[in-house]
Amino acid sequence: MAMIEIRNVSKWYGEFNVLKDCSTTVDKGQVVVVCGPSGSGKSTLIKCVNALEPFQQGDITVNGQSLCDPATNLPKLRAHIGMVFQNFELFPHMRVLDNLNLGQTKVLKRDRATARDRSLELLKRVGLEAHAQKYPGELSGGQQQRVAIARALAMDPIAMLFDEPTSALDPEMINEVLDVMVALAKEGMTMMVVTHEMGFARQVAHRVIFMDEGSIVEDTSKEEFFGSPRSERAQQFLSKILHH
Amino acid sequence: MLGEFDFDVIWRSLPYLFKQGMTFTLTITFTAMGAGIVLGTLLAMMRLSSFKPLAMIAGGYVNLIRSLPLVLVIFWFYFLVPWIGQWITGAERPVLVGPYLSSFITFTLFEAAFYCEIMRAGIQSIPRGQVAAGYALGLNYWQTMGTIVLPQAFRNMLPVLLTQTIILFQDTSLVYVLSISDFLGAAAKIAQRDSRLVEMYLFAALVYFVLSYTASHYVKRLQARLAIVR
Repeated sequence: MAMIEIRNVSKWYGEFNVLKDCSTTVDKGQVVVVCGPSGSGKSTLIKCVNALEPFQQGDITVNGQSLCDPATNLPKLRAHIGMVFQNFELFPHMRVLDNLNLGQTKVLKRDRATARDRSLELLKRVGLEAHAQKYPGELSGGQQQRVAIARALAMDPIAMLFDEPTSALDPEMINEVLDVMVALAKEGMTMMVVTHEMGFARQVAHRVIFMDEGSIVEDTSKEEFFGSPRSERAQQFLSKILHH
Repeated sequence: MLGEFDFDVIWRSLPYLFKQGMTFTLTITFTAMGAGIVLGTLLAMMRLSSFKPLAMIAGGYVNLIRSLPLVLVIFWFYFLVPWIGQWITGAERPVLVGPYLSSFITFTLFEAAFYCEIMRAGIQSIPRGQVAAGYALGLNYWQTMGTIVLPQAFRNMLPVLLTQTIILFQDTSLVYVLSISDFLGAAAKIAQRDSRLVEMYLFAALVYFVLSYTASHYVKRLQARLAIVR
C-alpha cells in the first residue's frame, strides 16, 4: 500500500524549473533514500510531501489524502507526518521537554501529564532523558538532532521525512543520529530520507531515488542502485562520493 | 546671582508635580506602550502577510503616521475623534471625548506605527525554518506565531521596544498642546503662577533626564543578559 504517492509533480521558482515531472511512491514500512548532487531538488521534493513547499503541477497523496484537495486539513495531515530538518529547528526559547510537549498539547490535545510521559519516554529512547530540562542551545548538534527526531516521533507519525539530517553535523556526531534512524527503520517506520550517507542507504534502504537537475533519474532497489546504476549521471555521482 | 532663585518652589509643589503630573505621564506612557505593542504586533503581522490588501493597508497606515509630526497628529485626533465617534455611534452631535481620552488614543495609535516596525524586524529575524518546524508539527498560523515566532521576536526586540518606550515617555510631554497637566504641564503651570520659570523648567529637565538615563542604563544591562543561546 502506498503511504506517499507523488504523481507528476512540477515546481517553478519564477522561471526556474526546480522539479520536473517527478513521480514516485513510498509504500508503508518502506525506507526510501533520496540522493543526488546539491541543487538537484531533493530537499524541495521532500518539503512538498508535507506541503511546506507549494508546487504548481501534479499531485501528492499521503495515506490516501490528496494535498491538492481543498477539503484536506493541511495542519492535521502534517501532524501525522514527522519532519526532521537539516538545521534541527528546535525552538530555542523552550526547554527540550517543552519542545516535545508543544505539538502534543496544542495539536493532538493531549493533557500535560500524558504528553510529558510520552516526551520523557521518547527522550529516553534517544538517550537524552537527562537533558529534558535544558535549552536546545546547551546541547551539541548531534544531541539537538536526536531531540528533533524525538519531537517528530512524539506526534506518533505514520511516516517520517528527513531532510539532510546529518549535513549540518560535525563528523563525530553523525553516527549517533544515524543509529537512531536505523533503529526506526528496523521497526518498520515509513521513511523518506534525503541524505548523502550511503552507508545508511546500504544498511536500511529498500529503494534509492537519484535526482539530478529537478528530475528523478533513477528509482530502483538498493541492490540495483549500488550494483549497477543505469544512468551515467548516477554512476559519476556514486564514484565521487563513495571514494571518501 | 543664584540667590535670586527660589528653589523652595520645587519643594512646595512636589506633591502636585508627582501626584498629578508624573502619575498622568507614567499612565499614558505605559498604556500607550502596552496597547501600542499589541496593535503594532498585529500591524507587523499584517505587513508581512502574503495577502496583499492586508499588507498594503498596514503599510499605508504605518508610513502615513511615521511621516507626520506628533504634535500635528495630537491636534488632528483631538478634533477628529469626536466626529469619528459620532459617525460610529450614529449620535446627533460629535461625541464628547475630552483631551485625556483623546491623548491616550492618539499615543496608542501613533506609537503602534513605530512598534510595528520594530516587531516587523523582530519577526523577520526569526529563521524561516522555525516557522516550517511549527507547521510541520501541525500547528496553524496563529499557533505558530503565538508560540514560536512572536515570543522569540519579542525577546530579541525587547531592548529596542523599551528604548522606543523611553522616547515615548519624553514625547508624552507634547500633550501640553491640549492643556493637560502631565509632569511638564504641571511644572509649567507652577512656573507661570509663581513666575519661577527657570527653577521649574530646570527641575523638569533634571527629572526627565534622570528617569530616561536610568531606564536606558537598565535597558543596556538587559540587552546583555537577554542574548539567546542558539
